[in-house]
Amino acid sequence: MPQLSTDVLVVGAGGAGMYAAIAAAGDGASVLLVDKGQVGRGGATIMAQMTVAVALGAAEPDSVELHLEDTLRAGRGLCNEALARLVCSDGPKRIVEMEQWGTRWAREQGRIKQEMAPGHSVKRCCYVDFLNTGPAVAATLRRKVSESTNIRRISNLAVLEILTRDGRATGAVALSLADGEWVTIQARAVILAAGGLTKLYERNSASANMGGEAYALALSAGAELIDMEFVQFFPIGHLAPRLVGMDPILWDPFRYKLGGKLLNGQFEEFIDRYGSTDFGRYNATRDIAAYAILKEVEAGRGTPHGGAYLDFRHIPETQLRAAFGPVIDRLLANGIDLTKMAVEVGPIAHYHMGGIRVDTNLQTRIEGLYAAGEAVGGSNGANRLSGNAITEAFVFGARAGSSATEAAQRAPAAWDQTLVEKIIDRLQSVCENSPAQGAAPIALQVKLQELMWEQAGPFRTGEKLAEALARIEEMSKTDLLRLRINRERDFNLDLQDWFELRAMLTTAEAVVRSALARTESRGAHQREDFPIADARLLKNQVLELKDGNLSARWAAPVRLNRSESSHD
Amino acid sequence: MIDSIGKTARLRIRRGSVGEAVHYDTFEVPYEEGMSVLDALRWIRIHLDSTLGIRYSCINANACKTCMALVNGEVEYTCIAKLTPGVITVEPLPKRPLIRDLITDVIPEDEKL
Repeated sequence: MPQLSTDVLVVGAGGAGMYAAIAAAGDGASVLLVDKGQVGRGGATIMAQMTVAVALGAAEPDSVELHLEDTLRAGRGLCNEALARLVCSDGPKRIVEMEQWGTRWAREQGRIKQEMAPGHSVKRCCYVDFLNTGPAVAATLRRKVSESTNIRRISNLAVLEILTRDGRATGAVALSLADGEWVTIQARAVILAAGGLTKLYERNSASANMGGEAYALALSAGAELIDMEFVQFFPIGHLAPRLVGMDPILWDPFRYKLGGKLLNGQFEEFIDRYGSTDFGRYNATRDIAAYAILKEVEAGRGTPHGGAYLDFRHIPETQLRAAFGPVIDRLLANGIDLTKMAVEVGPIAHYHMGGIRVDTNLQTRIEGLYAAGEAVGGSNGANRLSGNAITEAFVFGARAGSSATEAAQRAPAAWDQTLVEKIIDRLQSVCENSPAQGAAPIALQVKLQELMWEQAGPFRTGEKLAEALARIEEMSKTDLLRLRINRERDFNLDLQDWFELRAMLTTAEAVVRSALARTESRGAHQREDFPIADARLLKNQVLELKDGNLSARWAAPVRLNRSESSHD
Repeated sequence: MIDSIGKTARLRIRRGSVGEAVHYDTFEVPYEEGMSVLDALRWIRIHLDSTLGIRYSCINANACKTCMALVNGEVEYTCIAKLTPGVITVEPLPKRPLIRDLITDVIPEDEKL
């Protein structure tokens, strides 16, 4: 059994994980950067085709305070203001640092180009090229990681348990997917950077590794989660025709630059039936658009794939090309000619505001256990401002890496071999106890995704959420144990799917329980049975595991003394 | 889209681990216009044979670059290779060490245990 040892273990090697590794290594720590997929190729950052919001003030006057104001407004009163401020204040430093490391931000007259995006009060959003921001920043970080002699990278290593002793993180147990070996990792500090849970939903913009594992790992290590009910649904995600090689949220800039028409399955405009008017040019707010589309589908007026049409046929081709040049060709390669056909769009799960509860050093309540990137909860409150996701990946990654290094320097070596062997026996028994006949784990994953979409999606009711909770409990307690896991040694995908599903079920339960208790509509959490915001619920929900069961309580949001905060 | 209803694609997939006799399994998959070869491989894992060994991460953004295989004899990213009705042969990359089914060893040496 391979045994590894390091100062700082980083779980998940997307944007935040790589940034954390670089920061920790820069501060002198030995770093182990692991990913269940391939290092630097997974997670959400590499998928992002849009923009990064930072108050550089390059296009027009801007400030950290103004960026923070916009972020807090989007968060509908629930942001952890200290974390949100960290994102806004450190964002500019990270963007400049990334440029020094080789990222070519689009420039205009010698300055970094900044564009307007929904929810921002000034031009603030940087980008690389046409829809290439995520892949470009991921490439920069991969190169920087590979140049550091302090960082050891391991791909295809799935972390399944975080080890703790006396309230302190001491390492992890992992499964080496390539050869089925259990691997132990001794670490003086651990950073969870495997965030995102949109794979819980049938309709999503996720990669294969967004099943919410970071949240489940944090819970079972004794850390708390916060705001788990706030899943961001993007209203006009791409549904059909099948589009490959592109981000399914690509239509937003199209519709606001060109003025697409939003039509139901009978090619009628419908937004005016839902208290909004757009005069044939789709500009309704995200929540009204999402609601109107799903209500039309419910009334039997949806498109063949259960959404609405987004139609650009009234826009001349020259205008399409002027606005989106090479993207038009990529669409044509997919058989999508916008001058001849409308595309089908609808709400899809896109981002998770909730996550692991941390302080401004990114530490959880477990000493030596940190979170970074989308795994962190609280800074976005009830809704995330567009462009803040990559900013937080960089900022939280850098801060978590430095904090973890400090913690590693003062941490005593602590290892409990007996406990580790017990855990490995328990993990090993999953495979050995699985029946010879039964459904495959991936088939139950699909059922969970359908359930979450139908019962805990963009528009929720107490009744549907209660049904979902009962079914999730049944899946966890009964169905999960009846799944058939094939016994092959190398790349046992059934086994990988099983552990992923276990984490997905824990995370799904956290989302549904929180959604059920929040009897109001606020930001991304919309309850049809409680359609307005309730001032009494201007609080965060905090979850923890008690005797193996999820337990929730309400807590007041972290507020800044704003006059004090403007000094640094 | 109407003309794709009822159509199927047949995927002839090379199976087995290193050292085993090579064999091909053929799977029939419902076809929809615009589907990728990876969509079909994922459909097979969900509905027909979850043990089919495939490697992918980003699913359809063509960002992760980990889903390569031989499609009808050509090296392709399976996430952007279009499925067509009829028979398609999918095999592991020929110049990489085979691990199992369509999974080959594409991980750089310095990213291994």
